[in-house]
Amino acid sequence: MTVADSHRAVEAVWRIESARVIAALARMVNDIGLAEELAQDALVAALEEWPRNGVPDNPGAWLTLTAKHRAIDQFRRRDTYQRKLQEIGRDMELRQEWAEAELDDALDDHIGDDLLRLIFTACHPELPVEGRLALTLRLLGGLSTAEIARAFLAPEPTVGQRISRAKRTLADKQIPIELPPPAELPARLASVLEVIYLIFNEGYAASAGEDWIRPALCQEAMRLGRVLAGLMPSEPEVHGLLALMEIQASRIPARTAADGTPILLPDQDRSRWDRLLVRRGLDGLRRAEELGTLGPYGLQAAIAACHARALTPQATDWARIAALYRLLAHLTPSSVVELNRAVAVGMAHGPERGLEIADALLDERTLRDYAHLPAVRGDLLARLGRTAEAAAEFRRAAGLTRNTRERELFQQRAAGLDQGSPPASSS
Amino acid sequence: MRYLVTLKVVTQPAGPPPADLMEAIMKLGQEATESGALLDTSGLAPSSEGARVEVGGGRLIVSDGPFAEAKEMISYALYEVRTKEEAVEWASRFVKLHRDLWPGWEGEADVLRLFGPADFAPPA
Repeated sequence: MTVADSHRAVEAVWRIESARVIAALARMVNDIGLAEELAQDALVAALEEWPRNGVPDNPGAWLTLTAKHRAIDQFRRRDTYQRKLQEIGRDMELRQEWAEAELDDALDDHIGDDLLRLIFTACHPELPVEGRLALTLRLLGGLSTAEIARAFLAPEPTVGQRISRAKRTLADKQIPIELPPPAELPARLASVLEVIYLIFNEGYAASAGEDWIRPALCQEAMRLGRVLAGLMPSEPEVHGLLALMEIQASRIPARTAADGTPILLPDQDRSRWDRLLVRRGLDGLRRAEELGTLGPYGLQAAIAACHARALTPQATDWARIAALYRLLAHLTPSSVVELNRAVAVGMAHGPERGLEIADALLDERTLRDYAHLPAVRGDLLARLGRTAEAAAEFRRAAGLTRNTRERELFQQRAAGLDQGSPPASSS
Repeated sequence: MRYLVTLKVVTQPAGPPPADLMEAIMKLGQEATESGALLDTSGLAPSSEGARVEVGGGRLIVSDGPFAEAKEMISYALYEVRTKEEAVEWASRFVKLHRDLWPGWEGEADVLRLFGPADFAPPA
């Protein structure tokens, strides 16, 4: 094994173990920033030692224990009297924790709770959304700052600042690393789910840049969803979100042509959908349904499932989709949901009915710069034979989107309508 | 990236696998599932319960098991991970359990990457 090989092997262990190591340390030192530093120190030690002596049989425990030793060393080295006093107390606590922790390592008792605490802290509503995203990918995903920056097409120093600012905020506001009390759980869980879905969406419908899809982010979000489903198996929305992501991701192989152009749902080659993800998604949805009433993510998963179950676009149960969107609009009223309902109603009950709903959204300020409003209207108008209006709408959509691939697609639709070609086969 | 890990046995002591081993395998499987890496896994019944369908010399031949293989495939696992090294790490943990808990067992795990969208998409 070359040095590079063994470094990659250590990195792999780090990817698998880092979140649990950081989580265990955070419980001990009650400071996420410090916990991460200590874990990083342990990683450096591993990079030095493992290539020489081989990877230990229980690498996670090795990393945790090494980091704990460093924590104790650090607390010992501090010098002011005041700190010394605290230190002694802390040190005793640490020793005790440590003795307990060695038992834990054998029993793995705390690990689940520790990880959950870490997730809830990283997604704390006190942090700005960008900070939550970056911190989650860093602490739970084990991604380096450079990797996160690459994924979000952001400069590395910016991402580094977001992470350190988030950690500082947690420390300054003395936000405890703990599970939210039952009364706060729904709201806090909503933030966790939102962060995971934002990560997914950043990959699935890249908001900017050349690529329409960044699968690595989708995969990381699904992994986080699976982790969460393992930690909170009785929360229907956790399974709902995971199912939603898996069903959506199942389409990734069919969503782009060889040259990178997006292919919309009705035109996708369904034989290219990832059957494993479809099956897992449908299973997850069933799980969510069994656990209780579907929430917003569960409902969206149920909608995605309607598409996944249809072997051909014609077999799509649009009436059910329209009904599900009505429920979703009731639960989480939003213009975007209403716009999607317009599409579904347009498919289920004719373009005229769909256009009525879409037109009602024209004055919505939140949709003013939203490319999909004119795109949806363009599609419905085209199906009604109002070709010139439809072309104008697609041109508007092209002018509004920030995604290169999407812009090309809208321009093509506009050009096709200008030449009087029949409306795209979206019915 | 998805990896299929197949476990093959070369030699194993007579009798069923030790309970300790089975328990440790369950625990590792749960850990891998909870860490989001393990998508699917299953043990495989002996090939005596299976069949082989082959084409040779233009003829289709169906034959019942057992197959005369030196190594019998006994399970598979499907992982979704970020690097090959991660898949190798999970496979190593799995094989180590056999080493540590079933003296005399010898076998091997193949770690095979499954093609995914990235293999067909244009380079980014």
